[in-house]
Amino acid sequence: MAIKTSKREKKVTWEEFVPDIVAFACNWCSYAGADTAGVNRIQHSPNFRIIRTMCSGRVTPAYVLKALKLGADGVLVSGCHFGDCHYIFGNYEAVKQFEKTKALVKTLGLDEKRVRLEWVSAAEGGRWADVINEFVGQITALGPSPLNHKPKSGK
Amino acid sequence: MELIIEKLKKNRAFLCLECGKCTATCPISTYNRGYSPRRMLAEGLFYDAGDLMSDRLLWSCLTCRLCSQRCPVDVKYSDYMRDIRAEACRHGQWGNPSHGGTLLHIMEMTASPKLRQNRTGWITEDLRIGTKGEVLYFVGCLPYFQDFFSKDFDFDPVSIAQDTVRILNRLGIEPVVLENERCCGHDLYWLGRLEKLDDLGRLNIKQIEESGAKMVVTACPECALVLKNIYPERLGNIGFEVAHISEIIARNVDRLKFKNLDMEITFQDPCRLGRYLGVYRQPREALSSIPGLRMYEMRHSGRGAICCGTTNWMNCDATSHQIQRNRLNEARATGAKTLVTACPKCQIHLRCTTCSKEPEKVDIALSDLVNIVASALAD
Ligand code: SF4
Ligand code: SF4
Ligand code: FES
Repeated sequence: MAIKTSKREKKVTWEEFVPDIVAFACNWCSYAGADTAGVNRIQHSPNFRIIRTMCSGRVTPAYVLKALKLGADGVLVSGCHFGDCHYIFGNYEAVKQFEKTKALVKTLGLDEKRVRLEWVSAAEGGRWADVINEFVGQITALGPSPLNHKPKSGK
Repeated sequence: MELIIEKLKKNRAFLCLECGKCTATCPISTYNRGYSPRRMLAEGLFYDAGDLMSDRLLWSCLTCRLCSQRCPVDVKYSDYMRDIRAEACRHGQWGNPSHGGTLLHIMEMTASPKLRQNRTGWITEDLRIGTKGEVLYFVGCLPYFQDFFSKDFDFDPVSIAQDTVRILNRLGIEPVVLENERCCGHDLYWLGRLEKLDDLGRLNIKQIEESGAKMVVTACPECALVLKNIYPERLGNIGFEVAHISEIIARNVDRLKFKNLDMEITFQDPCRLGRYLGVYRQPREALSSIPGLRMYEMRHSGRGAICCGTTNWMNCDATSHQIQRNRLNEARATGAKTLVTACPKCQIHLRCTTCSKEPEKVDIALSDLVNIVASALAD
């Protein structure tokens, strides 16, 4: 698994924008998928904090909005593929919740690309790394969130 | 402790006679025997204030002012709750927000000066909005309610905003609507987050004053209360008048032409519109001027109206639902087919209970005052 960060790493200075991303990953698939990525030594961007939830269906708009309120530049919600959810229909619920989240984020005037819903299974370590790299790239291109009050330098 | 004593004094709590009328009348105490406003006062007076601040029930009070209405010595109980909550917030205490706190997060986010919201999507082609003018329509949280509640509860909160503008247009007013209006901060105020309210207030007042508006109209009693009373109380004088849409309608009924509307309705007085702002007559006048509309009063109405069961998106629980079910049954018992409110939040809370499954289901339609008035406007 080739990593795309090498080019960026060279350029990074202290002044440059490094996104803060929160990733909610469900215990049974996505969190394990991130583990798989680790066990297989797949390198990917480190600019995210992962929060384990029991199921992606539990990630209501409140979680995502709180992360954004506290200054996250992007929020990723990740669960099992359809049919694989440990709680059978949890990820269908996640889709419903995420639609609301997206609508609220749009009304708040934030770019809807700052939030993303993905499905990553426990075996897909490579896919986890791809998702993360792509999302980090996307958020870097968007720039800091208007709610990110962190001073620019010193990161 | 000194702090608590000062708060007790400020809100006249030392005058308490321990008569217990507040507990007897409180809608929360009716269904939750563990909660008692009299005990909460006594706790502050005689016992440890720390216990009071860490008490989960501190966040249950609806600040509906029904108890103060009955209190013989006018103890300002809801203000006392707000002050204790402010102190509790400083000590890191917090209640159980409903919907995981989604709406409270949104309120706090809109206090961020850099945020450019995208909240005017509800303005359709047929609505006439001015860019500068005497009258400003303060929309409130309706666009967010639309995103969050419309699917689950099968109703369009933004229709309240659209119909408000429709009525104003009919009166020849093209209201200004702020593109980046902030939350009014009502809920944060009653939950003791006073600094946040001040931030929001400053941002809103600046924008309203820049628009040159002399009169602010809202269709939400909470926004009306905050703009009219709470901002001046916290931030000094404001240079504009504030009115709830029902006052505007009542003032101008002669200029509105209505068609026949065959409906049987009853009216839920929102706490903020009634007990806080003293607006009881105007919504009734507005509704009764519609021909064909028959209006019945509930057993508890006007000054004695019972709250819709939840406020500030906090501590919604079985007690709240019991209050709501009781209220809906009371409305049903009048013979009315539709319960009309003048507050979008009342409607959301009551709708939540009408959407519940059998056997608790109460069969009654819900609507907002402006929706009814707009649907009765003659073409
Ligand atoms: S009604 Fe007033 S005087 Fe009576 S117990 Fe309650 S607060 Fe005290
Ligand atoms: S303000 Fe309302 S909810 Fe709070 S104690 Fe008084 S009657 Fe009860
Ligand atoms: S457990 Fe993974 S989405 Fe439900």
